[in-house]
Amino acid sequence: MDAMSHLSPVPSGDPGGTGDDLAGLLRLSARGDEQAFARVYDATAPRVHGLVLRVLRDPAQSEEVTQEIFLEVWRTAARYDVSRGSALAWLMTIAHRRAVDRVRAAEASTRREATYHEQNQEVAHDATSDAATAALDAHRVRQAMESLTEVQREAVGLAFFGGYTHTEVARLLDLPVGTAKTRIRDGLIRLRDQMGVAS
Amino acid sequence: MSDIHALSGAYAIHAVDELEQAQFERHLEGCPECRAEVDSFREAAALLTGLAPAAPPEALRERVLADARTVRPLPPRTARRTRRGARPRWLPALVAAAAVAAVGIGVGVAVWPQDDPAGGDGTSRSLTASERVLADTGADRVEVEVGEARATLVRSREAGRAVLVTEAMPPAPEGRDYQIWFQSPAGDMVPAGVMPRRSDQTVLLEGDATAATAVGITVEPEGGSEEPSGEPIVLFELG
Repeated sequence: MDAMSHLSPVPSGDPGGTGDDLAGLLRLSARGDEQAFARVYDATAPRVHGLVLRVLRDPAQSEEVTQEIFLEVWRTAARYDVSRGSALAWLMTIAHRRAVDRVRAAEASTRREATYHEQNQEVAHDATSDAATAALDAHRVRQAMESLTEVQREAVGLAFFGGYTHTEVARLLDLPVGTAKTRIRDGLIRLRDQMGVAS
Repeated sequence: MSDIHALSGAYAIHAVDELEQAQFERHLEGCPECRAEVDSFREAAALLTGLAPAAPPEALRERVLADARTVRPLPPRTARRTRRGARPRWLPALVAAAAVAAVGIGVGVAVWPQDDPAGGDGTSRSLTASERVLADTGADRVEVEVGEARATLVRSREAGRAVLVTEAMPPAPEGRDYQIWFQSPAGDMVPAGVMPRRSDQTVLLEGDATAATAVGITVEPEGGSEEPSGEPIVLFELG
């Protein structure tokens, strides 16, 4: 804890918002505890907003979506099921789904023809704002990403950060239809195993 | 089976289209391995979000907390997303459903708007109400199995409507119709339409679905009734 505390802005003492305490805060939020919810927000808003920005790119829309996400988190906190995984994964799944929904709803209008690499770099630059990018975690995640084959990394990146379907990913990467989903799955398996996520 | 299994990664990170999502969610119900795999992928994906955090403007925090002050958190789910039959007010529908199944009612499912009048590819036109419901990935989806077949209810709070999707549903008995009901929070049964006499269908329920706590299907005299005359043959419990 001490060794990690300098990395963490999380009032609960939960480095990067990835630990158990988020689950406790959600439980309190489900009972209507606004202060607990404020702490959920503080612990996770940079991750959520960073993800949304990365998927949507449009700052004004991203703010709207981030707001919607937290409203959903507040409303549905009681639905978080600890047996299904971490509170962070639950929350980020909501966030990602909302971001992707918005992208699909808006389709071409807000999306530019950017490559995954451009997106990657663009957003990585404003990554400094949040100390919750625990350097250790980020290092571990980067290493895991680097362990993927190039096509796995591109496929996972386009799907997750680009909000593309696997069929679109196949087209973007000139893969035969039906193979992108396999690349995505293989990539996620490797990421999961490299990052030591229990499977 | 093995082919659909390969969709677990794309599904976990929302990289599937609507049809694939529905198909995979059906698959998940009978495949705990895929369920666990999806959960583990979501854990991994959540960690990826640590790479590029971006603090939202301070004003957003105020807006979010203001939202919380004015919105009531939902109660815990007392049923999992998928159940067979259920309770509230309406007795063990499973028993009723099983009895009906024994006399030949089978309900199957196809979760795409194949019967929507507009059809098409969904990109260059406005969506029908049914499509809006089915397109809402935040919608409540409850599948009920009767015999070897299923019916799916999709309720979108965003759209305020609900859609019932059935496949291979045998016709109601002679002189009878299937009628759909919303259960209101107060426990009242509100008519939501009589199902067309076709086996495969996507039915947009009549009326506002936002507050419904359950949806039931009963067998009624032809044309429907003002109140359900018996226990539902299928009950979809909503959170």
